[in-house]
Amino acid sequence: MGNNLNRRRFLSGFATVAGGLALSGCKKLDEISAQDADFRKVLSSAENLTRTTQRFFLSPSSLAKEFTEADISPKFRANGSTNPDDPGYQAMAANGFADWKLKVGGLVDTPMEFSLADLRAMPSRTQITRHDCVEGWSCIGKWKGVQLAKVLELVKLKPEAKYLVFTCADELEKTLDNSGRYYESHGLEDAFHPQTILAYDMNDQTLPIAHGAPLRLRVERMLGYKMPKYVMQIDAVTSYASHGAGNGGFWEDRGYEWYGGI
Amino acid sequence: MSATALETKPRKVFVYRHTVLVRIAHWINVVCIAFLLMSGMQIFNARPDLYWGQKSDFEHPILSMRARSTDQGPVGETTIFGHAFNTTGVLGLSTVDGQLAARGFPAWATVPSYQDLATGRRWHFFFAWIFVITGLVYLISSLINRHVWRDLLPSREQLRHIGPTIWHHMKLKFPHERDYNVLQKGTYLIMIFVVLPLVVLAGLAMSPGVDAGFPWLIDLFGGRQTARTIHFICATLIVLFIVVHVLLVLVSGVWNNLRSMITGRYRIDEEAAHGQ
Repeated sequence: MGNNLNRRRFLSGFATVAGGLALSGCKKLDEISAQDADFRKVLSSAENLTRTTQRFFLSPSSLAKEFTEADISPKFRANGSTNPDDPGYQAMAANGFADWKLKVGGLVDTPMEFSLADLRAMPSRTQITRHDCVEGWSCIGKWKGVQLAKVLELVKLKPEAKYLVFTCADELEKTLDNSGRYYESHGLEDAFHPQTILAYDMNDQTLPIAHGAPLRLRVERMLGYKMPKYVMQIDAVTSYASHGAGNGGFWEDRGYEWYGGI
Repeated sequence: MSATALETKPRKVFVYRHTVLVRIAHWINVVCIAFLLMSGMQIFNARPDLYWGQKSDFEHPILSMRARSTDQGPVGETTIFGHAFNTTGVLGLSTVDGQLAARGFPAWATVPSYQDLATGRRWHFFFAWIFVITGLVYLISSLINRHVWRDLLPSREQLRHIGPTIWHHMKLKFPHERDYNVLQKGTYLIMIFVVLPLVVLAGLAMSPGVDAGFPWLIDLFGGRQTARTIHFICATLIVLFIVVHVLLVLVSGVWNNLRSMITGRYRIDEEAAHGQ
């Protein structure tokens, strides 16, 4: 009996200690993986390895798989903003985006503005591709638009331009200082990739508002968050550090990888 | 010395069982797999559904862990091929800081404990790299130093005696020999050459960058959503392996097993020593 009691005491003591260790262990793991923790930098070093390795194996021209009409998802999920409530955007939407202009500037020889009609008058590319969300789901859709490379050839990037920053009309997080506005950035390898298009049509229809009307970027070798919707402005820059919180995009500022190929 | 003396005080016979590479790889894997599983569940929680094929058929996931409101309050439901199971408290709906929350896997199983896909991915890819590099070093050297043939491929003799070995396991009787028994060898071979490579390849097939560079990989699986589901199934098999592995370590001489995986030295039964 005494033995039994001892054993029970030992077991409950052991369970308390083990449980306590597990709990404080979880707390510790939460602490060291927080955005501003030093250990976070160690974890995040994997991103450089992934980017370097993928860039090594991916030739600039290797294409994402293109599908057939039969593969198109009957329902293409819309994530993030689905209807920007910015009054300026709403006014343009009410007018069928007739007054909308894409501004392309920054480190370029000739800053230019493009209306939807201008973009539609340029040579187009149509592709049926798989859209992969960072959450894990995939949808297949048909996109038509102008290759970003064609636009960049017109404005001519200056040699010091290394990245393109895309500014969007939607505020995905409501803030007072505009830090919740969606933006993204890409390096030139992806900007000049043949499948990188500024899409104005989706599934043979005008791009719907839920999917980023009037213009959404498609970068087919990357995850969905690297393909901003409601694109208003493209700036060529040497570094994206001065935009947003400096990590290269809305989601990057919230801890996601800048290299969105994985 | 007489035979009786030997019987009363058995001589301890040690063999060198695990090379330093096996031991190091084993403990690196313990850490990597623990974090890969916990961060994997965090990532799964961002979309606690599984689908089959190239794209997600949102109305018909083959598995999902969701919370649903009923007249009696919210319940956690795990649905597999359309069959729903009430898993309230663990899957679909569980308590986070005293509050009921809709989440696939519970907070105690994920890293970080709170819902944070971005951080889960950071943990996952960091340990995935270490896991893959360790695995490659292990595989290549095991082929070169013939560890695979010497220690992992069962002998004809062992295969012939698979019946008695199974019987021993069922009676929880484990003869301590230098070599792994035939069931161990079979399990390790399946893990090393099927499940672990498959979990890595299925993981890679989910990367749109990898898919553009190596289109055959995603074709091998038949679609990104299939790859995601196979990744999940492999992870489940790994958990199953760990449970059985740890239980068998506990019942077949925990200190002997632990010592051999730390120092390499394993104590074998004397009959086995004589047998050699």
